[in-house]
This record gives sequence, C-alpha cells and structure tokens, in this order.
Amino acid sequence: MLDLVYLVPLIPLLGFLTIGLLGKAIKKELVIGIIGSSAVGLSFLVTALIFFDMLSNPLSKAHIVTIYQWFEAGGLNVSISYQIDQLSILFALVVTGVGFLIHIYSIAYMKGDRSFYRFFAYLNLFIFMMLNLVLSSNFLLTFLGWEGVGLCSYLLIGFWYDRKFEGVRIKWTGDAGNKAFIVNRIGDFGFLIAMFLIYVTFNSLDYVQVVDAASESSKLLFGTGTITAITLLLFLGCTGKSAQLPLAVWLPDAMAGPTPVSALIHAATMVTAGVFLVARSSILFALSPAAMTVVAVVGVATAFFAATIGIVQNDIKKVLAYSTVSQLGFMFAALGVGAFTAGVFHVMTHAFFKGLLFLGAGAVIHGLHEEQNIKRMGNLRKYMPKTYITFFIATLAISGIPFFSGFFSKDEILWHSFSDGNSLLWLILSICAFFTAFYMFRLLYLVFFGKERFNTRTVHPHESPASMTVPLIILAALSALGGFLGVPEPLGAWFSDSPHLLHSWLAPLFQNSEIIIKNAGAEASHSLTMEYLLILISVAVAIAGIMLARKYYSDENWTKPRQLASTFKPIYSALYHKYRLDEIYAYLVVDPIFNSSQKFLWRVFDMKFIDGIVNGTAKVTVQLGEYIRRFQFGLVQNYALVMLAGIVLILFFLLF
Amino acid sequence: MELEYQFLLPLIIISVSSVAAVAFDAIWKNKNLNFSFSIFALLATLIAAAYTLTASNEAIDAIKAMALSDLISKHQIHFGGYSAYFDILFCLAGLLTIVAAKPFIKREYEEYNEFYSLILFSICGMMLISHSSSLLVLFIGIELMSIPFYVLAGFFRKSIFSVEASLKYFFLGAFATGFLLYGMAMLYGATGTLDIKEIGIIISQGEAIPIYLTLGIGLMLVGLSFKAAAFPFHQWAPDVYSGSPTVVSAFFATAGKAAAIVGFVIIAKEIIQFDVKSFQIADTARTAQLIIAFISAATMLIGNLTALVQKNVKRMLAYSSVAHAGYLLMGIVASNELGYTGIIFYISAYMFMQMGAFVIVSVFERNGNEKMSFDDYSGLYKSHPILSALMSIFMLSLAGIPPFAGFFGKYYLFLAAIKADFLWLTIVAVISSIISMYYYIGLILQMYFKEQTHGRLKSKVGMAKYTLLITAAAVIIFGIFPSLIVDLTYNFF
Repeated sequence: MLDLVYLVPLIPLLGFLTIGLLGKAIKKELVIGIIGSSAVGLSFLVTALIFFDMLSNPLSKAHIVTIYQWFEAGGLNVSISYQIDQLSILFALVVTGVGFLIHIYSIAYMKGDRSFYRFFAYLNLFIFMMLNLVLSSNFLLTFLGWEGVGLCSYLLIGFWYDRKFEGVRIKWTGDAGNKAFIVNRIGDFGFLIAMFLIYVTFNSLDYVQVVDAASESSKLLFGTGTITAITLLLFLGCTGKSAQLPLAVWLPDAMAGPTPVSALIHAATMVTAGVFLVARSSILFALSPAAMTVVAVVGVATAFFAATIGIVQNDIKKVLAYSTVSQLGFMFAALGVGAFTAGVFHVMTHAFFKGLLFLGAGAVIHGLHEEQNIKRMGNLRKYMPKTYITFFIATLAISGIPFFSGFFSKDEILWHSFSDGNSLLWLILSICAFFTAFYMFRLLYLVFFGKERFNTRTVHPHESPASMTVPLIILAALSALGGFLGVPEPLGAWFSDSPHLLHSWLAPLFQNSEIIIKNAGAEASHSLTMEYLLILISVAVAIAGIMLARKYYSDENWTKPRQLASTFKPIYSALYHKYRLDEIYAYLVVDPIFNSSQKFLWRVFDMKFIDGIVNGTAKVTVQLGEYIRRFQFGLVQNYALVMLAGIVLILFFLLF
Repeated sequence: MELEYQFLLPLIIISVSSVAAVAFDAIWKNKNLNFSFSIFALLATLIAAAYTLTASNEAIDAIKAMALSDLISKHQIHFGGYSAYFDILFCLAGLLTIVAAKPFIKREYEEYNEFYSLILFSICGMMLISHSSSLLVLFIGIELMSIPFYVLAGFFRKSIFSVEASLKYFFLGAFATGFLLYGMAMLYGATGTLDIKEIGIIISQGEAIPIYLTLGIGLMLVGLSFKAAAFPFHQWAPDVYSGSPTVVSAFFATAGKAAAIVGFVIIAKEIIQFDVKSFQIADTARTAQLIIAFISAATMLIGNLTALVQKNVKRMLAYSSVAHAGYLLMGIVASNELGYTGIIFYISAYMFMQMGAFVIVSVFERNGNEKMSFDDYSGLYKSHPILSALMSIFMLSLAGIPPFAGFFGKYYLFLAAIKADFLWLTIVAVISSIISMYYYIGLILQMYFKEQTHGRLKSKVGMAKYTLLITAAAVIIFGIFPSLIVDLTYNFF
C-alpha cells in the first residue's frame, strides 16, 4: 500500500497536463472543473488509504519509495524518492484534503472566467509541487517543490494580470506577483546555502541519513557554528515562504490573486511549508539553541507585528492575510521553544479555519460584486446565512473559544511558550491572542451584523450555490471538531491515557529532538495547576477580545474606535500603513539597489567593464583560433613534420 | 561446439560475413542485396555480442581454465565485458552509418557495393582492437580498421576533396603505423612477449629492459595518439573528416575514434600502469601520465579553438571531434574506475550525438562540399522544424548541457580527473567546454534566430531518418537514465 505513494503526486500532475494541454479544446467549464477536482480528490483518497494502512501497521521507521534516480555521485543522490512517515503523510492529507475542497469551491467561484482552464491547470500544478515538497525524502526534491509552489504562487497572484491592485509601488496584480517572487528569492538563497552546508557537513541530502548522522553525533555537533549557520539559513528560507519578519511583506499583497488561491496557497498550505521544513529538520534545530531562540523570537515578533496591523485594516482579505502572518508567527514560536507537535498541530487546525475564513470571504466578495472593503458591507447574515454560520464557527475557532479546534492548538502553543520558553514569550503571545479575538470579531461584526452599508438597490447579495457552501460546511465541521486530535493532558486525562492523539502519532519523529532539547535546557516547569490556570487565562483573554469588539462595533457609528483612532493618530497611522515596512524597505533596500544598478552597475560596470572583459576574451579567443588555424597548412609534408616534432618531444621527456 | 567458440561468435560472424560480402558482390552485383546482407550481418554480430555480454565473469574464467584453443588459453583474445560492449557499439555505429549512407551515396551517384564490405571489414578491425589481449592482435585490428578507412575516405572518387583526404590519411597513417609497430617491437624486445597482460606483469616486477621499454612506451603513445587524433598528431583529422563523404566522416569520427580510445585504454592500463610501484619504471610511467595529460589538454583546447573560427559546419564538426578526443583522454589520465566509466559513457554518448550531427549535415549536402556553411543554416527552423530540433539536441548534448547524454559523460570524466588530483586538467577542460559552447549554441542561434538569407535549403532525408531518430532518442534516454550504461559498464576495466 505504501508503495502506491507515487500516485499521490502523479494524479495531480496528470490533471495539470490534461487541463494544461487540452483545456482550451475542452469548452465545458464543468468538465475542466471535474477533471481538476477529481485529480486532487483521488490523490486524497490514495493518501487516506496510506494513512489508514499506517494506522493499522505502524511504521517503525520512515518508508522510502524511490521512483527514479537520475544519478548518484559521492553522497549526492539526485533522485525522485518519497519518504512516508507520520509528518509527510499528515501534511499530504491536509494538502490534498483542503485542496480538494477548495478545488470544488473554485468551480463555482471562477465560473465564467475567460481563463478558467488555466486556473485549474495552475491549481493542479500547485498541488503536485506541494506534494513533492512534503513527501520528498531529501532536501533537493523538497527544494524543487519549494520553488515549484513559489512559481505557482507567482502565476496565481498575477492570474488576473490586467487588473489593478493597490499597494506600495504596486499598480497591477502582476507587480504583487513579482514582489512575492522576489522576496521569496532572498529566502530561497538561504535555503540553497543551507543545503550546500548540509551536504558538506553530512555528505548527504537525504533526510534519513542527515537525521541519523545528526543524532549519532549530537554531542559533537551540539551548538557548533556550522549547525547554527545551517539552521539559521534554513530558517531564512522559512521566513520567505512563510512570510515571517523580516520577509513578511509579500503575503498581504499576494491577496491580489483570486480568493480560492488565497485560501489554498496563501493560508492553508504553501505558507506552512516553512513550518514543515523546520519540523522536518527538527533535529538540526534542536542542536542549535541559538537558532531555536531566533526562531522563537522571530515567531513571536511576527505574531505581534501582524496582529496589531490586522486590527485596523479595512480590506476583508487583508485582515485575513495579516491574521495568517500572525498565526504563522504562533507556529514558529511553538517550534522555537521545541514544541514541534504543537506547531504542526496549529498548521492543521489553521488550514481548516483559515481556509474556511478565506472561502467565506470569497463568498462575501462574490455576493457583493467584488466589494472587499468591510466598511461597505454589513448585515450579510440576513442574505447569506450559511456563509455566516460557517464564518462564525471559524471565527470562534481562531479566537480560541473552548473546544473549537483553534482553542486546543493555540492553547498548546501558549502553554509550551510558558513552560519551555519563558513568561515574556507567553505574555506577548497572549496579547496577540487577545488582538486576534478582537480583529476577528471586528470583522465578523462589520461584515455580518449592523445595517447594510452598501447600496441595496443595485447590489443584491445572495447565498452561494451548493458547490461553494458544501466545502464551507465541511471545513466548518473540521474547524469545530479538528481540535480533539490534540486534547491537552489536563483536560483529556479523564477520558483516556493518551488524549493527545497527534502527539503520540508524531512522537517517533520528534523524540530525539525533544530529548536533546530537554538535556540542554533548564528544568521545564510542569505543574498541572499552572496549566489549568493558563487555560483559564487564555479563554478569558479571548472572551475579553470578543467583548471589546462587540462593544466597539455593535455601535453603528463606531464612535469609540474613531475616537481612539484620532486620539492615537500616529499609532493608528503606523498600524494602518503596516509600520511603513514597505516604505522602509523601498528606501533602504530597493531604491539603493535599483539606483546603483541602473546608474553604476549597468551603465559603467556591466557595459564597460564586464562587457569589455567578455568581448575582449572572445576577441582574444577568436584571434587565437585564427592563429592556430594557420598551422592547418593542408600539406602532408608539414603535418609529418609536426608529428615528427611531437615524437621527438615525447621521447625526449620520457628519456630525460 | 566448444563453449569458448560461443564467445568468439561475434568475431567469427563479422569476419566471415565481411569476406562473404565481397564474394556476393562478385557473383550477383546487386546493390540492395549487399545492403541488406550487411545489415543482417551486423545485427547477427550485435546479438552474438549481446549474448557474450551477459556471461558472468565466473563463467568466462571457467572457460578460460578449460579452454583448448591457443587463442584463449594463451590470452590472445579477451572476451566478454568491455569487449562485448564495444562490439555492440561498433555494430550499432555500422548499422546507423549504413542506413544513413544508402540514400546519401545513391544521391551522389556513387553507390558501389564495396562500400558495405569496407564498412564490415573495418568493424571487424575495430572489434579485434577491443578484443585484443596481445600486441599482435591489436596491430592486426588497427590495420584492418585503417586500410578500409583509407579507401572509404576516397570513396567519392570524382571529388578531389575526397581523393585528397584519402591520400593524406594514407600517407600520415602509414607514417604513424610505422611508429606504432616500432613501439610494439621495442616492447617485445624489452619483455620478450607479446601478451599484453604478461608484459604488464614483467614491467611491474622490474624485469624489463629499461631503454627499450621507455622507447616502446613512447612510440606506442605516438601511434595511438595518431589513431585517436590527439595533438600534435591530430592535423590529419580535420582535413580527412571534412574531405571524406559526410557519412563516412561520421563513421570515422565516432566508431574509428572509439576503437582508437579502446586500444589506448588497454595499453595505458595494462602496460604503462601509472601507479606502478617498480622503481625501474615508476618515473617513466608518471612522465607518460603527464604527457598524456598535456596531450589531452592541448587536444581539447586546440580542437575547440580551431572549431570556433570555422565557417563551415562540417569542418566545425571535424575540429570539434578532435576536441572530444581530448576529453576522452582525461579518463585515461585519471585511470580510476570513475575515469573508465566516464570513457565508456562518453564514447557511447558521443557516438550517437556526433553521428546524428554529421548525418544532418549530410542530408543537406549537394555535390560534395556545397551548402554547408553556417550561413546556409540561418532560419532553418522555418523550413525544417524537425531537423532543426534534432540538430539542436545534438548540439546541446555535444556542448554538455543536461539533460542530454553529453552532460553526464563530461561530468564523470571531469570528476574522475579531479579525484586523480588533476585539477588543472579539469580547469582546462571546463574552459575549452565554454569555448565550445560558442559554436555549438551558435549553430542553434543561426537556425532559430537568424533570418533566412540564402533561400531554402533542400533536404533529402530518406532512410537517414531512422539513424536520426535512433541517435536522438539515445542522446535523450542516456541523459535521463544514465544508470542504464553506468550500471552495466561499471568495473569493466
């Protein structure tokens, strides 16, 4: 059963090829949609079969399936081979499962689009690349998938290439695509260098070999500069792909793409690739306390940075985008304190509720004829009851209301940030959790409650068709119940011995890393009372956020928020303009590079110096060739003479 | 039938059928008959060789132990392993050449039956080279290959270029053969035997007569370098390759070069033995290694530099084939497993890509040497999209660009040289590869990005399309699945 894994990426690839090559000839949108969706659906089924097989016959070690080996030289093994273990199959389930729902949703969402087939081809290609990323058995293939999803992200952000899009130095959707792509390049550079270092250090790029070698010589490698360099560079890659500081700036602009794309790529799957990579190489991170600290601090800082911005944004997708950045920050904070399971757990629940939020937002935008400003919405629960209820469930989940999925995963992160990290991390994350509850309910109130602030005579919002609401309902169920996979010990101990199913599922993978961290770190404080207390506090924080949002935004005139905004104008403006990070980057990085490139590097260095060298070399080479050609006299006697000279020389060297 | 004769079958079939081809010609004078017969003969040889290739080393050793005939028991002839592999390569080269040549020579009104028997004879010689385990067999093989080559070069007897090529080849070839034979005599004088393995043992034990040995090694180097067209004994090659009928050049530049390199490898590995410990010869062996390294470096540089300034595509290919001999010699210099694997891989890849390129030139040719300059190829993709695409594949592979087969050949050879501590040689190889990029890619640019200037080029592909399709497929398949060859040929030498 496990060897069927090749089908998992293969089917979406076939889907991509079919739609990409024949899409134009297939006139019927529905046919294209069904091909695209069923490719991902079948792939999900195979993944699920493998998953159940693993449940009944637990794997003692990772199962490697080599599909095709290009070549092998030294320790470098360039092959397409997949690694089935608890982590990869979990990610594959999320990617194909959520991906399938979003494909179904897109059939209705993209209806009538002039490039309908192109959209589905890209989506299938994305799923293929993402599966390569998570299923790969080595860094190289993961990198290939990593670049592939980056490409798909670029193609889909600029999918409506002739539409305008507002942003700092961005006019068209294509500019946003460029921005995402270029910012990611910086991270990819880190990933590449990290791979070189890994190869030099471990003489292999295969996960199994690297992990084995690292755990064998963990004492020797612990805290060394090499490991710290490798992990920090890998993490640089993660900050790009997962939109963490300092590379977080691209994700909000990526909202230029169609909403299903935002749901699939920029919320549920691709942006969690960074979390995957850290979890995959958890042993390397465990060996470098310095890198772990960096990961935790960056995660917390990003969570705070994005959560605060999210409070004041008025574009429904932008709010969700900043929320995504913030939640990704939570995940990295968890990884940084060594709670790998908690990080992966949050990836999963986040995929459910954030996917749902985006799809709900898409339904709203559609219903209001492409309106995205939440200040021009209101009272939509009257028109779109299903969308409203599912959106409400997702909002409860992300805010951390007990027994919804987000509650469990976020609470686990908060608890670990306290017990394995320190109280400052916990405090900041709790504040972020408060903000999260606040901005999400602000969104909910502005969109679904109050009175209609759009022109009711021209705009008639309506509920979406079933093909869009059914995915919403399934995701809502998952957002509500998905958390029970990871019930924390103090809450679940009454029901079962190991209530945290996910923890026992992933345990074999993170065992070694956790032991290394435990041995190195100070005694963690594990008090049951403390854990209860923290759970209560985080629930209280969430409810406080909700109450505040309700107080502020159930008032139709938003008196209080407006008053606050004018009192704290500088702060408000800083938040509204995202701490001016884009402008700072433009001023400090983009402009200097651009200007020096244009004025010096291009005109002087490139055109005079480099071209001079290149053309000069070429000229000299050609001259040399012309000169040597003259020795090709064409006369046999001369050739014989040259040969004779050669013979004399060779014999001379051999004899003397 | 004795078991050992099964293993000799490839040699028996090819030699009997080469003679038979002449006889058929005398009796029936049917062009198509000779064409079909030689294809049949080559296929039969190929199958027999493939059969011996599958034999395990144990089986071969067992047969050697109980062999009755002198040929094997006295180690005159090596069989199985690399010999069988090269038999297959030579037969393939022969098949591809004959198929591509049939429409070509017919078009030029020069189809005579000797063509097919000459090809068979020369393949017989090449196979003897790869089977040789004695200097005598090696010499017979080299001569049996070379003499039909002289005739084939002048096959277009009405073209002065062809006749000139033939004469040049013959004069210089005879000159070089003299040195080769003289070297063999010296080696015999130094060791008292013609058995290559035994010579090696005597040398490593330090029992050879030094002065004869050194002279013998030097003169053998000269002779083999000439056959492989390596600097400074390469000057005949561009003239001969560009003067000969194009399909014949394809055969010379691929199979002929492969055979010479096999001979070179056998001599270098068994006799010169770079890592020999014997005090008496150690210095000479190391000097010889350095000399070959220098020859290799100079060959690729000079080959590529002169190819760079050619205006005629066929001459460009001729010079570039000199450069490829330089790359191949790197593997001999490295003399490690990776190097030998690299040689086998590169020869296999090179055979297909160079053959394909020459054959494409041949389908555009008219009246000998016309219509072959770079300018004639401009805008070719418009009138001949498929041929342009195929030519691009061959050019990219010759330039060593992945995922085509040429890339892996270079990759293994470069890696082997680095592992053998010949970093400088690798650097030279990289530089000359970069130079070669200019004219290989230049031809692609010419075909795709230049406007047509000289009017439409006319092509007559005919049966040559089979050769082109097979060579292109091989170049792609070996690039994507290099392990097909590497797994098979590892540990051959």
